[in-house]
Amino acid sequence: MIIIKKLLVLIAVLIGLWIDIPKNTKIFNREIKPLGNLDIKLGLDLKGGSHLVFEANTKGIKQEDLASSLEATRDIIERRVNFFGVSEPSVQTVKSGSNYKIEVDLPGITNVKDAIDKIGKTAQLTFKETSNKVNLATSSGFVAFDSNPLLTGKDVKKASVSIDNTSGKPQVSLEFTSEGNKKFADATKRNVGKVIGIFLDDITLTTPVVQQEILDGNAVINGSFTTDEAKKLAQDINGGALPIPIKLVEQKNVGPSLGAEEISKSIIAGVIGLSAVLIFMIVYYGKMGLIADLALVIYGFLALAIFKLFSVVLTLSGVAGFLLSIGMAVDSNILIFERIKEELRKKNNMEIAIKIGFGKAIDAIKDANFTTLIVAFILFNPLNWGFLPQFGLVRGFALTLIIGVGTSLFTGVFITKRLINFFYKQKN
Amino acid sequence: MINFLKYKFIYFGFSILVILTGLFFIFKFGLPLSIDFTGGSNISYKINNKVVNLRTEPLSQKQEIEIRLKMEKESKSKIEVLLFETVGPSVGKDAVNKTIIASVLGILAILLYIAFAFKGFNFALAAILALFHDILVLVGVYAIVSYFFKAEVDTLFITAALTTMSFSVHDTIVIFDKIREYIKEHGKGDIERLANKALTETMVRSLNNSMTIVFMLLALILFGGSTIKFFIVALLIGTITGTYSSPFIATPILVWLEKRNKK
Repeated sequence: MIIIKKLLVLIAVLIGLWIDIPKNTKIFNREIKPLGNLDIKLGLDLKGGSHLVFEANTKGIKQEDLASSLEATRDIIERRVNFFGVSEPSVQTVKSGSNYKIEVDLPGITNVKDAIDKIGKTAQLTFKETSNKVNLATSSGFVAFDSNPLLTGKDVKKASVSIDNTSGKPQVSLEFTSEGNKKFADATKRNVGKVIGIFLDDITLTTPVVQQEILDGNAVINGSFTTDEAKKLAQDINGGALPIPIKLVEQKNVGPSLGAEEISKSIIAGVIGLSAVLIFMIVYYGKMGLIADLALVIYGFLALAIFKLFSVVLTLSGVAGFLLSIGMAVDSNILIFERIKEELRKKNNMEIAIKIGFGKAIDAIKDANFTTLIVAFILFNPLNWGFLPQFGLVRGFALTLIIGVGTSLFTGVFITKRLINFFYKQKN
Repeated sequence: MINFLKYKFIYFGFSILVILTGLFFIFKFGLPLSIDFTGGSNISYKINNKVVNLRTEPLSQKQEIEIRLKMEKESKSKIEVLLFETVGPSVGKDAVNKTIIASVLGILAILLYIAFAFKGFNFALAAILALFHDILVLVGVYAIVSYFFKAEVDTLFITAALTTMSFSVHDTIVIFDKIREYIKEHGKGDIERLANKALTETMVRSLNNSMTIVFMLLALILFGGSTIKFFIVALLIGTITGTYSSPFIATPILVWLEKRNKK
């Protein structure tokens, strides 16, 4: 049993180390790949980027439609955000009191005027004809469109989902206003045999070739839509705007250089601080201090592996939570050593002192860490209750604290004990 | 064994002095709230390798660009935006309210857990009173710091307060665990003697533990970045008061409560 336990602890540590290996590590000219090839994710405050908070104006929305409208608004914003090509954007709806907010995180983007305009604007449907100014290389399939639209969403009276008679696939039917009707007839007449592009928010929806002049004011957009996609598209065109009007209430931009500077400085500071702690432990506790340091280093590697494994986003407040947990991890070791010293003073021999001292220290370690975990869980708000914090700052703090304290319990109880046994039992 | 509890009035007096000074600064000069709570804009520019910080009414991105262009024209140099944040006035209050609710729930949970684990409501009450003491000291001393160094109360400060709460209870429990052990061995007979014995035994561990955290924090203050400087200062205040309150506030209160129960 004990052997199995020992093996499991060893395996856990080794897997942790494997995950931690930096990318492109070479040992004896052979590249060693980290397990899972995972990255530490940095929050906007460290990496730079924009955090935007929009307030949803839900006044005119019926209660039963609220959830679906919010969802639709979120989806549309997400689509618009994806258009910027941001890596890992996040769009979330958050309830606060009776208000709804939509939080948008755009890592790496700091000049957000464009982004804000695009996110908040109404969905624009446009029809464009091919440009005469550019020589068309039709064979390559590349088509340039005129920048002035033939028609816009304003000319559309209604969009609805219908089924294509021939293919049986869902499509979106457009019904134009009388003015739109005229424009459309005119445009199709001019472009027989040519391509007309239909765009939503500057994203190409479809580029049909005009077969003949269309006079009856009806057009269809077909493509390989699913019924849901066709419905959504019809909704977007009909609404023209987001299902729920939104207003920007908060915005945070952190330049990438500030973030990078903060990180490098914090790392240097962290290394200096940690070295001071390690040296202090050796000076004060001697050999035991060395064991504690070893346990602490293992603790650091394990925590890092867990951050990578659960793709925890590290923010400034998260770093604070982690630092606190380092303090608590050191504390576990100090508690154990003081207890062992105490037992030694009672004239117990080393082996018994370790056993009794350890058992006594565990009580305090468990209680102290457990209360910390309770608080951290409430702050983290795992069930996403509306009356508790739902914002990243407090949650980031709570999450790293939970992981840190959990890991330090593990290293404190298992690793330190193994190490002490290993170093002291050898003698006897 | 050192008779720590003999000087309990000195400890209380010192705490009251610190808290009253802090309260004086709060009421006389106020606590400068960041835009997280008041609404407004914070801008940080880098001009000719110098960092300029501005705080204004809530600005839109457009207005910010106008200001920047104007400044670029006047200074005839390129300006880099380090930070631009705008917060609407209604946002911050909500966040603070929720954090306070969560903290109160957290305190209640701690109260229950300690009462259960230590089989005594007095332990829980003493730990929570020490926690309140630490929050008061933290806010008060931070008010003094902010008066002299222009620090603001922002959401990071809230995080520091939460950290202090966790640390405070953590530290107190270690001493209480020792007292619990002695009570198990000797009964509650002479609680004051038991408490003194526990304090003597745990003092070194308390100091050593805090020392390691203080090392970390001092390194961050001296060598770390500027945006988190006051956050770390708040954590440092919290660590020191959290360490102080466990033996010198929580323990005397526990002894006093236990003695009162006997009567």
